[in-house]
This record gives sequence, C-alpha cells and structure tokens, in this order.
Amino acid sequence: MAEPGAEPPTPPPASPGCGPIRVSGVRHGADGRLLLCIDRLEIASGGVSVILGPNGAGKSLLLRILHGMIRPDEGRVSFGEGPPCRQGMVFQNPVLLRRSTAANISYALRVQGCPRHRRRLRLRELLELGGLAGQARQPARTLSGGERQRLAMLRALAAEPEVLFLDEPTSSLDPAAAQALERLIRRVAGGGTKVVMVTHDLGLASRLGEEVIFLHRGRVREQSAAAAFFAAPRSTEARAFLALNQVRR
Amino acid sequence: MHDYADIFARSFGLILTGDPGLWSVVLLSLRVSLSAVAISALLGMPLGALLAMARFPGRQPLIVLINALMGIPPVVVGLIAYLLLSRSGPLGVLGLLYTPAAMIIAQTVLVLPIVAALTRQQIEQLHAEYGEQLRSFGVRGLRAVPTLLWEGRHGLTTTLLAGFGRAIAEVGAVIIVGGNINHVTRVMTTAIALETSRGNLALALALGAILILIAVGVNAVVTMLSLSAGRGTRG
Repeated sequence: MAEPGAEPPTPPPASPGCGPIRVSGVRHGADGRLLLCIDRLEIASGGVSVILGPNGAGKSLLLRILHGMIRPDEGRVSFGEGPPCRQGMVFQNPVLLRRSTAANISYALRVQGCPRHRRRLRLRELLELGGLAGQARQPARTLSGGERQRLAMLRALAAEPEVLFLDEPTSSLDPAAAQALERLIRRVAGGGTKVVMVTHDLGLASRLGEEVIFLHRGRVREQSAAAAFFAAPRSTEARAFLALNQVRR
Repeated sequence: MHDYADIFARSFGLILTGDPGLWSVVLLSLRVSLSAVAISALLGMPLGALLAMARFPGRQPLIVLINALMGIPPVVVGLIAYLLLSRSGPLGVLGLLYTPAAMIIAQTVLVLPIVAALTRQQIEQLHAEYGEQLRSFGVRGLRAVPTLLWEGRHGLTTTLLAGFGRAIAEVGAVIIVGGNINHVTRVMTTAIALETSRGNLALALALGAILILIAVGVNAVVTMLSLSAGRGTRG
C-alpha cells in the first residue's frame, strides 16, 4: 500500500501528447455581458500552463471551453492537427459518486472506454498512484478533502488523457493535502500529460507552471514563461494582481 | 356495548394462530400492492427520468398533469377503471373486472404518478449536481440516466415505499374494481370496512393491526435507508 507521498510502483500513463491548443476568435457571454473575448491564444503542448487572473476574469470559463464543456458563442478551439485529444478535468468541487473510492475509479474507466480486461490493473495502478490503495473500499464521500481531490484527479486520469484541465485543485486543501496533490500533478505532468491549471495559489503556480496565461476581464493580458511573469510582469493588470496577492500571502 | 378486552384478545389470537382467512387476505393485499408498485417502478422511473432529462413539446403540461395525478382520489380511479373494464367498456373483452388484475391496474394508476413525479424531481436535482462531472466523462444526455438512477437509489427506494404506502392503504379503487369478493378480491382495507359493518370487530382489528405494522415497517425501512445514505455521504 503506497503512502500519499511514496513513489508509485508503476509510472503514470505515458501519453503521446497532442499538438498545441489553439483558441481563435472565441467570444462568450451571458445576460448580454461579454465574459470571454480571446482573438488568438496558443497553449504549447507538454508541461504545465497556469491560467491566472482575478475573480471574474473568465479563467474557469476558459477552462470549460477548452475542455468542450461549454460551446462558445463564437470561435473555436483546436488541439493540434490530428484527431481530438483525450482529455480529463478536475473541478474545483468535484462531485464524487455515492460509491467506494475504487468504484468511483472503475466507473470512470468503464464509461471512458477502458477495455474490461485492463480495468483491474488500471484501477490498481491509479489507486497506488494517488496513494489511495488503503481507502479503496471506503465510501468516497467520507474521504478527507485532500483524498477527495486526489480521487477526482485519478478519475480524470482514467481516460489516460493527453491534456488534463485542473480548476483550482488546491483551493480548499490544507498545506499537507495541497503538497500531496502538487506531487501528484508534478508526476502526471512528468509522464507527458499536458496540464492546464487555473489557480489562485501563486506558490503552486510558480513551482509547477512553465508558462502563465494572465486573464483580466475576459481577455488575455499576458502570456509568458512563468519565471519571466513572476519576475517582471509586462501588463499593469498583472503587476497589480501580483502585488495584491503577494501582500495577501 | 362491546367487550374490548375480548375483541383485542380474539384479534391477537387470529394473528398468532395463523388464521387462514386472515392471512389469505393479507397475502392478497401484499400481492396486489407489490405488483402495482413493481409495474409503477418499471414504467414510472423511466418516464420520470425522461421528463427530467429530455426536452420535447408538451413536456411542461405533462409534468403538470403527472403532478396533479398524484392527488387523484382513489374512488375516481376506481370509477374510471370500472368504466374501462366493465363488460360494455372498451376493455371489457379482457374480462378483468372483479379480479386481482383489475385491482393491480387501479393501484398502478394511483402509484404511477407518484413514482414518475418524484423520480423526475430527484433526477433533476441529481443532474444539477452531477451533470457537469458526467459530461466531463463523456456521459451526456439520456446516457446519464442509469448513473443518476443508481446514484439516487436511496431516494428512489423511498419513493417506491411511499407508493407502496399509498397502494396498500387505499380502499376506494379496489372495492369498486375488485368487488370485495371473499377469497378472490378481498384485501385488508376492504375486509376491514366489511367486517366492521358486520360487527366482526376482532377480524377487522386484526387486519388493522397488521396494516399498521406494515406501515410502521415501511417507515422503519425508509428511516434506515436515509441513515445509511447519510453515513455514506458524510465528510
């Protein structure tokens, strides 16, 4: 049985990856208000891209549009040139099925087309990857906050995604649980899965992120390498955002 | 004036000695009501799920109609079923009037709206909670229904038990379409009405006690299900 921080016996799913994520001419609104307006955005394949911005900037909306959960009023999102990418998403408040931890993962494996003969092995791999082998038979809704978030992540990994979208994955976690999840994200990204993450945790963003996309009022104000962004943000909005959040931290 | 102590003693005697007349009525009641609930579940749950998930013309009026039918008086259902099943009625050729089948049909008409309406409500709530997560797994539209039904199993079981409560306790419909024929269509409620009017209070009381025990048992099961559902969702 693996502890949350221990190395898993099997590596995360190797992924061939898909091409860059291209957003072109996306407009989306509600109640007559334009919430997202992105003329052109290209998110490189591989690594971890972090979407930052103040509340109401459109970060979670962008993530849902990228994942195909919401069809934008205008514009399109494409993933490289080939067939559609396998994708997974972890929500800020993931909804766990009223079943055991293992049954939650088995469900995700089944509905996402994992062949029956592979499911048992994949289930074991995933449980050990997330350090949840000891809680396999526990009702999922009785897990701690950190365990629930890791379980949500494992379900999203069931489809062996080439792109994983994370919506504020550590927002409600204590430092230890956040650290365990961060290790898991690092391991998944290290295995070749592209990670696109929305977060308010600047520490997490600076440790994991390779590039930062900064949104403000539904528009991309800045897209740059994470190190450059945190050292010297170019836009005034990003400077103000970092200053405010660093003071708060 | 009745000797109540004697009536109580004789009624418990009937229960404890396994009086065949009494237990045949109890078993027929259970058979009729459980059959009606089973048919209502088979028809009502998919109908409720369809109303919750699908969008089609006439959906809203259908929801209003089904909600309204939840409160339909059993005697009216009995009357309509009687008109349909009587020899000169459109279904008279089936020869079902005054048979347990007619009683099952009448009770199904009473229970089906309850099952369909409460299933719709629960599936809509569950879909609001699970919809985004399931879409993320690629489970969209009506494909989500089996998952939602399973996730709502505790609430849906309570719905079926509520339907069973309505069926087992009603008298108006079954007495019209069943005719309260001894050993054929006599169920607990109709037997209680008859035996009370005859002055056979011991038998009426024995049947009443069993009916109350069934009601308490159903409620106990509902409570246990709610508690077990709560245990599984804490945290």
